[in-house]
Amino acid sequence: MAITREEVLHVARLARLSLPEAEADRLRVQLSAILDYVKQLDRLDTRDVVPTSHAVETGTPFRDDVVQPFGDKEAILANAPDRHNDFFRVPRIIED
Amino acid sequence: MANVPVHEWTLLEAARKVREKEISSRELTGALLSRIESLDPKVHAYITVLPEAAMAQAAACDGEQAKGTVRGPLHGVPVGLKDIFCTRGVRTTCGSGILGNFEPPYDACVTGKVLAAGAVLLGKHNMDEFAMGSSTETSRFGPTRNPWDLSRIPGGSSGGTAAAVAAAMCFAGVGTDTGGSIRQPASLCGVVGVKPTYGRVSRYGMIAFASSLDQAGPIARTVADAAALLGWIAGYDRRDSTCVDTPVPDYLAAVQRPVKGLRVGLPKEYYEGDGLSREVRAAVEKALKALTDQGAAVVEVSLPHTSFALSTYYLIAPAEASSNLARYDGVRYGYRAGGATGLIEMMSRTRAEGFGEEVKRRIMIGTYALSAGYYDAFYGKAQKVRTLIRADFARAFEAADVLLTPTAPTPAFRLGEKTGDPLTMYLSDIYTIPCNLAGIPGISVPCGLSGSGLPIGAQLLSNHFREETLFTAAGAIERVLPWPRVAPLEG
Repeated sequence: MAITREEVLHVARLARLSLPEAEADRLRVQLSAILDYVKQLDRLDTRDVVPTSHAVETGTPFRDDVVQPFGDKEAILANAPDRHNDFFRVPRIIED
Repeated sequence: MANVPVHEWTLLEAARKVREKEISSRELTGALLSRIESLDPKVHAYITVLPEAAMAQAAACDGEQAKGTVRGPLHGVPVGLKDIFCTRGVRTTCGSGILGNFEPPYDACVTGKVLAAGAVLLGKHNMDEFAMGSSTETSRFGPTRNPWDLSRIPGGSSGGTAAAVAAAMCFAGVGTDTGGSIRQPASLCGVVGVKPTYGRVSRYGMIAFASSLDQAGPIARTVADAAALLGWIAGYDRRDSTCVDTPVPDYLAAVQRPVKGLRVGLPKEYYEGDGLSREVRAAVEKALKALTDQGAAVVEVSLPHTSFALSTYYLIAPAEASSNLARYDGVRYGYRAGGATGLIEMMSRTRAEGFGEEVKRRIMIGTYALSAGYYDAFYGKAQKVRTLIRADFARAFEAADVLLTPTAPTPAFRLGEKTGDPLTMYLSDIYTIPCNLAGIPGISVPCGLSGSGLPIGAQLLSNHFREETLFTAAGAIERVLPWPRVAPLEG
């Protein structure tokens, strides 16, 4: 199954990965080979099969909706690539 | 009895000797730190070594013991953790550049349990980036080498942990297994590795790869060590909503149980392919003979959808990974690319620079498989085939108590041998992947050496929450096929 260069660039945009030209071509070849391989699943008739999302069914666990403060705010903020007081600082969000 | 060097003791021996004051935790920890200092420049099993912190922990353990208190069953015994488990205040990279400077503000559940048992943390083990790989070559920090042959890979993704245990640079460690990442490196490094039932061990604080498949488990040099360690890290944790609330049995007691009457299933599909090396087949046959000589019965079983497992895995795992790894955006922690003028440009460049090739490839596959117009054809289809694979195992476990297979199709391959072709690399997990899709437990136990002296492992699989059966069968194999335990590597 051949995937086009445009599709590779589109998926990279969705995944927020900036992609140099050369890398896009290499990925196109590699992704096409992998997608060719996984298309073997089409040989199986799965019309009446229920999908599995988790192998061990446990149901939905419930808990009381109570806030539990983490406490060490500074340890969290210390990891910030850029901060302003108690905020994470990022480049401009809305373009001109 | 000959004097066994300190580093070659088993985890349980080391724990007993500290408890009985035959050795102090400081002596024990010091011995392993000097072993790491002399050997790890060659093996590179550690991303981070913690000499000062470990010695301080050891001194604290000795001080407490002098006052008559012990922290737990691993009091003062040095171990290591795969660098996927968050460790409070200690850099946790997951083998990635994007987390190269990340210091978690909290401990993973596994970290907390290992420390609560009294263990001393020697450091964090190398791994394939975000656990995506079968050779530890995708680590941003450089590959780990197999202590049995330094020109070969240790397997992956928990290759650092398996190599560190095999080279006696820790008494045991904890790894993670999404498609074979504990069992395959254990097999290639000649140690014991356990992938528990999905939900047996909490995933809290374990950096996520594919959430419906990821599971933590022990890597150790003996079956008893692995069984004991699993007992200490298993159990319910409300912070992981998929962690199952069921009692933790005495796994150690299971190791010595007789295998007489145990029904050992041989899934014929695992022995048919031409990818299985002759040497591996012969070694697994020896493991089978060890079991039947002790009274186990052999049954042939069929897992008819085996040949579809790899495709199923390579859709489900990347799809879940592409979602899990969306959080690495350069905003709150980790690496951020400099010089961007807008938010989206910053995120896209951060991810392009922070992630390695294999991780980006899987994010791309996963994003594609989940994208509009392709979801049903890829991800939805794979989830349905996953149901068929689960049903195969359910049927097999009506006829058999445990399944015996090879862990990996070949012994350790050479560095660089498979990095050029992703699909060839993926094939090294062909026998381990179905277990994760079905959520069942598996173990790899050493069962022989290849002609060129490389370890070979046998894989045992059992039904959900039947880890005891694995330890019983693996213990029986270990008793008959004694093992050098420590890789023949000179300091």
